[in-house]
Amino acid sequence: MFGLKSDWSLDIKTRYFSLGDYAGGEARWCPGCGDHGILTVVQRICRDKQISPEKTVAVSGIGCSSRLPHYMGTYGFHGLHGRALPLACGIKSRRPELDIWVATGDGDCYSIGAGHWIHAVRYNMNMTVLVFDNSVYGLTKKQTSPTTPIGYKTNTHPEGAVLEAHNPLTTTLGIANVSFVAQTVDWNPNHLYATIKAAHDHKGFSLVNIIQRCPVFLPNFFQDYQDDPGKILLLTHEKGIPLEDKFARLFPNQKEHDPANMVDAYDIASAQNSLPIGLLYHNPAVPCYEDISSAGKDIGMEEKLAGIEKAFDQFAI
Amino acid sequence: MGNPIPRKQINEHIVEIVSDSGEGAQKAGQTFGNISAKMGNGVWTVEIIPAEIKPPARSPAGASGIRIRVGSQYITNMGDAADIVVALNEQVLYSRIATHAYKKGTVILLESKWLTDPNPKIVEQYKTALQEFRDNGLIVHEIQMEKECLKYTPKPRLGKNMFVLGMICNIYDRDVKKAYHEIENTFIHKGVKVIELNQQLFQAGYDFAENNLEFHYNIPPWQTEDSKNKLIVTNGNQALGLGIMASGMDMVAMYPITPATSASHYLAEVYHTVGGFVHQAEDEIAAVGFAIGSSFAGKTACTITSGPGLALKTEFLALAVMAEIPLVVCLVQRGGPSTGLPTKVEQGDLLAALYGEPGDAPKIVIAAATIEECLHFVIMARKLAEAFRSPVILLTDANLATGVQPYPRPEAKAEWLASPIDQSNWDKDMPAYNWDEKTGLSARPIVGQVDGQYVLTGLAHTNRSKVAYDRESNQRGCEMRSRKLATLCSTLKPPKINGEAEGDLLVVGWGSTLGAIEEAISKLQAEGYRVSSIHLRFLSPLEPGLKAIFAKFTNVLTIEINYSDKADAPFITPDNRRYSQLATILRAQTLVDIDCWSNVHGQPMQPGLIYEELLSRLNQGAE
Ligand SMILES: Cc1ncc(C[n+]2csc(CCOP(=O)(O)OP(=O)(O)O)c2C)c(N)n1
Ligand code: SF4
Ligand SMILES: [Mg+2]
Repeated sequence: MFGLKSDWSLDIKTRYFSLGDYAGGEARWCPGCGDHGILTVVQRICRDKQISPEKTVAVSGIGCSSRLPHYMGTYGFHGLHGRALPLACGIKSRRPELDIWVATGDGDCYSIGAGHWIHAVRYNMNMTVLVFDNSVYGLTKKQTSPTTPIGYKTNTHPEGAVLEAHNPLTTTLGIANVSFVAQTVDWNPNHLYATIKAAHDHKGFSLVNIIQRCPVFLPNFFQDYQDDPGKILLLTHEKGIPLEDKFARLFPNQKEHDPANMVDAYDIASAQNSLPIGLLYHNPAVPCYEDISSAGKDIGMEEKLAGIEKAFDQFAI
Repeated sequence: MGNPIPRKQINEHIVEIVSDSGEGAQKAGQTFGNISAKMGNGVWTVEIIPAEIKPPARSPAGASGIRIRVGSQYITNMGDAADIVVALNEQVLYSRIATHAYKKGTVILLESKWLTDPNPKIVEQYKTALQEFRDNGLIVHEIQMEKECLKYTPKPRLGKNMFVLGMICNIYDRDVKKAYHEIENTFIHKGVKVIELNQQLFQAGYDFAENNLEFHYNIPPWQTEDSKNKLIVTNGNQALGLGIMASGMDMVAMYPITPATSASHYLAEVYHTVGGFVHQAEDEIAAVGFAIGSSFAGKTACTITSGPGLALKTEFLALAVMAEIPLVVCLVQRGGPSTGLPTKVEQGDLLAALYGEPGDAPKIVIAAATIEECLHFVIMARKLAEAFRSPVILLTDANLATGVQPYPRPEAKAEWLASPIDQSNWDKDMPAYNWDEKTGLSARPIVGQVDGQYVLTGLAHTNRSKVAYDRESNQRGCEMRSRKLATLCSTLKPPKINGEAEGDLLVVGWGSTLGAIEEAISKLQAEGYRVSSIHLRFLSPLEPGLKAIFAKFTNVLTIEINYSDKADAPFITPDNRRYSQLATILRAQTLVDIDCWSNVHGQPMQPGLIYEELLSRLNQGAE
């Protein structure tokens, strides 16, 4: 009658989630730590997209960054150092409907968890992976991390780090099935929000390398970039990170980059003395492993029993 | 068909077929085993696996084949020395002789084509070996197998195994109709021509043995017509796979490692029919992490591995204990330490399974003693894992993994399957670890349950899963997790004693040695010795009542396939002697002065060797 759907009432959102629904314990990061801003943005995105807290899992490894699940009001899994990704993939494998966030660090993901990082990119399971890249081991008090610049003094290398820093962007771009690679900075909440939101909107494994300040162990390390945004290269494109003009204008140094273009993405990521932010690479068409791994998850009891009987019969003599 | 030749009735025989790999020896042996099981005999088959991956032809390292033990009783192990051996070349026999697989009087049916080989070196090797074998008491019959097969096929290397099958089927009076049927099933996808050719070759071997060999046997059945219809024949890894399916396990995450992998090979073929999924992870750490993640999300998960894989999984196992995540770990043991003896038998991972993790990590550890138990224990393990919110390690070994045996076909039961995940609302006031003070048990919230949100952590935590570094919280958490084991123990019965409840000697075993130990014990009991045995299935918690059982025996001895110092070795004293693994635990738990007899030869325990050892101990005691 009157063109109304008979079950129209079902469309009404019976629950509205406020920011408070995504808040867990009080955040215990140091004052001024970049991690606070990342947490806030994640909670805002959950609120803005009205994600059910009980259908959401925040997964992490070990490190300052990996404390994030404790501060969320969702389900959480604070795992082992380096092992957030196998856990996250396992959670997703048979329950693809769950919303998965991963919080990890430069040590957690790019050092001890490096093998899993490479393979998780290949699995391309739908999850939002935030690497809190502060160029140091924070939790364990200032040891060299894979992204510590050469020559920088740490407690394990008091004369300065001896190896060239690892470039997580070029590495990720080189992995089969890569589908979403972006970089942002913790101190620009607008770009941070827009980037993480784009990552979350992507169906597949989205890796966001977040340049993150650790004022305790690397005081003023990114001060130059904060003081002079011209030192940052803002990537723009209609298919890139949508950033309002008034915010984009603050970056005098911009480059239009089509995120479908892998060759350019690699050039941008590998350029020396450059800090690009924005979407480096995006391919929405890469298949997701959970579409394979979840096959048969809803199979009924009768069918299961019949399958088991058949298996027994195969060995009957 | 009436058989004119006289047959000697025997109780059991051990047959081996050995060759270079790729000559179909295993197929022939399996078929012989299946026919025998169908005729109502007890059967145990075990594959002989080459020591090297690509060994040269006609080399001792290349010995490949199969051993089949057939008897008029239920057969539980591979036995001692072989009675009849069919060998397709003489060189492969050397490696079998080196492992004491044969005795004086073992009959060898040897392919003799090498005697006329164009390569004089081969002819020489053949002649030398023949002489050596005969000098050592083996009875060698030379047979021109290839020449016989050439009458039917230009490519005799491929069909010779059916000729061999025909010979042994005639020697042991196997049902020819059943053999034809098995051959048809084997080659069903290759068409009528192939089936017929193989049946011809079988018949040729059968007739050859009938007309040319002077030894023919009869091994009467032990099974009734009725029960033998409901048997299945599998190896231990296939049994694990069947158990995984029958338990309703949702997912297996694994990384390939011998001798565990074939369980996953099997599952990869059939798991989808019950909606399951095999995930081959990038390494063992990822495999167990993947399984734990899936279990956290409410799905039942399992990981299958061997010792080196277990070592990599320890940190995650500790997490699963700490955060109380149900998880089944199938641990198919091989020889260690390190990469050790990948294809060989050892029970060397008991202590690693029990105590391998950092800190206190109490978990359930059980061991299957038979191939049938491999199947049923997975079902039990899944239930225990969920009921006790705990990882469960199920130990098996290479002996069970590769041994093949008929056993009763189970019927799939709905109650074996995991129940669907609970997605009803969680009571907001109920903690994520609502520990029952007495039992330590608690229900767990599953992702998706409204108001169940908690953060699982491997850090010390309160019952609400809040990180807590205070002294009381960690003490309490450890107590609650440990209490679950005591709770489980309180539901277990003391182990069944095989024999009298008191006597001169009690043998204690665990895992795949069951058949060999009990066979040796029966023989000694029949000879009047006061010896009994028990076999443990639960290693953590230990089965109750052990101390009381031990008290009734003058001596208690564990028999295990892992390392122990010999009591009389240089510098060894009772204080510094390293005991075998179960003995170490039993001594600590019961304060009984338990002795051990163990080795790391990489081989299954043989009933004959156990018999000899026990006999000498019992007679010593009598002096
Ligand atoms: C197996 C293991 N090895 C080492 C540690 C110690 N550890 C904890 S966090 C960490 C480094 C963390 O660095 P990063 O991932 O960059 O995180 P951040 O604290 O900087 O956010 C280390 C070495 C551990 N917890 N577990
Ligand atoms: S140590 Fe550094 S990274 Fe860790 S919380 Fe403090 S400021 Fe943040
Ligand atoms: Mg760091």
